[in-house]
Amino acid sequence: MLRPEDLERLCRLARLEITPAEVPDVVAKLSSIVAMVDQLQACDTTGVTPMAHPLERGERLRADVVTESDRHELYQRNAPLVERDLYLVPKVIE
Amino acid sequence: MHKGTLAQLAGDLRARRVSATELTRHFLGRIERFDPKLNAFITVTAEQALAQAAVADQRLAKGDATPLTGLPIAHKDIFCTSGVKTTCGSKMLDNFVAPYDATVVERLAAAGVVMLGKTNMDEFAMGSSNETSFYGPVHNPWDLALVPGGSSGGSAAAVAARIVPAATGTDTGGSIRQPAALAGITGLKPTYGRVSRYGMIAFASSLDQAGVLTQTAEDAALLLEAIAGFDERDSTSLDDSVPPYSKLVGEPWDDVTIGVPESFFDAGLDADNAAAVRAALKELTKLGAKLKPIELKYIHLSVPAYYVVAPAEASSNLSRFDGVRFGHRAERATGEDLVTFYMRNRGEGFGAEVKRRILTGTYVLSAGYFDAYYLQAQKARKLISDDFARAFREVDLVAGPTTPSPAFGIGQKTSNPIEMYLNDIYTIGANLAGLPAISIPCGLVRNLPVGLQLVAPPLNEARLLKVAHHFQRATDWHQRKPGGYA
Repeated sequence: MLRPEDLERLCRLARLEITPAEVPDVVAKLSSIVAMVDQLQACDTTGVTPMAHPLERGERLRADVVTESDRHELYQRNAPLVERDLYLVPKVIE
Repeated sequence: MHKGTLAQLAGDLRARRVSATELTRHFLGRIERFDPKLNAFITVTAEQALAQAAVADQRLAKGDATPLTGLPIAHKDIFCTSGVKTTCGSKMLDNFVAPYDATVVERLAAAGVVMLGKTNMDEFAMGSSNETSFYGPVHNPWDLALVPGGSSGGSAAAVAARIVPAATGTDTGGSIRQPAALAGITGLKPTYGRVSRYGMIAFASSLDQAGVLTQTAEDAALLLEAIAGFDERDSTSLDDSVPPYSKLVGEPWDDVTIGVPESFFDAGLDADNAAAVRAALKELTKLGAKLKPIELKYIHLSVPAYYVVAPAEASSNLSRFDGVRFGHRAERATGEDLVTFYMRNRGEGFGAEVKRRILTGTYVLSAGYFDAYYLQAQKARKLISDDFARAFREVDLVAGPTTPSPAFGIGQKTSNPIEMYLNDIYTIGANLAGLPAISIPCGLVRNLPVGLQLVAPPLNEARLLKVAHHFQRATDWHQRKPGGYA
């Protein structure tokens, strides 16, 4: 069973805000999901190699050369805030 | 006009009985007329569609057309479409205009296919009912009070109501096959790596695969032939040659042994649904198939294994949505730290189910839990995959139900995530093992469609499509349509 303080830690790790009103529902549903996936613990997997790729083929590598062209103007059209080609975030006082 | 399959419409286009522009106008008209009650579309690209149709008509006139030139289809809104809003069903991407085309979109456009618009879906493809979409639920054309399944629910509903002749989809745990079954159409998930995922917004990268939702297996073959094949821009793309599926689908029946996992017919399966699937299996034996009971010893672990692997990968993939480079940015005062800034952007941009999956993934990957969950799930996945490999030494295909029941009510399962997750109990195995699988309509239960699922060994889509095609030549379940969309 997940506790509200566990959720707070997870939210910080996941960079995800959960409002206080959402907490009870999220805790209850996450707990039920964790309980469901706990069925895996009953399976004896001694000596089984974890599956890394569905077809057990390795990752294909390409030559280490630049293939991308500079398209930052196009890509930055989707940015909430850009100035002098830089992505802006609100002023942060640390 | 809308009664035709892709193959039939392609014949009409080539014989000049209809033009691409007329076809496009016809389907745009149907979308305008019927989509207000279905909510199958997030974006309709009418102007662009008519421009593409005009070019297609020129190609047809000049004689440089492909078999697909002039055919209109819709794309699931998970595929990036250059210059067109691409939302993935999320508030996070409500203002996102893709700067490039996904390979699937690019290949179909190059073949002369006309894009009618972008279909509704569960947010980031996380759902089995289309109820997690920021743009509201899609309604099942067979009964508007019911879900069409998900996550490719908009594509499924649109094809079922014939407001598009076919659509693309993606399948991570059943997201093509389950909605195809609940909407009474054909849905194909190819082998992992068969179709490029470049420009397809990632959910769980070791499971995601692009595919199609169509009226027939023959149409699925036509589209697969155009979208399959190596793409250097997707590191998981398979460098295997693409067979001529559209030709192979019509070849004569050969000996097929079909494995039937008896555990799929246990108490979890609706009795009427079971009867429909049994009848379909019998029909296959009349065509010459041999049935053989098989055991998939570890398949009961597929849902728990999936709900570790998929959320874990999703929590990583979705970390890119930070509201800095693109996506939703919350209104806020200055002076907070950056972590709070990210948390607020993401907290506002993601819906409840996506948050649950990100948090589940974060939990199973967090320090101290990795071995117990993620590693254990990857081991269970190996056992499930070995089950299939063992079965395929004795049988050519594995067959069973696609879903535990026909379509359920909108709102009926939203309060219980586990109940919702169990909708994919028969489909997840093929994703975990990377296998190609198809769902085809095989009966009506309480006047609602249900699906027969066929699963094949890796890269054996041709066999899958051929058996499905022969079944569809001998039966008419795929021709049954919901009322009210004449």
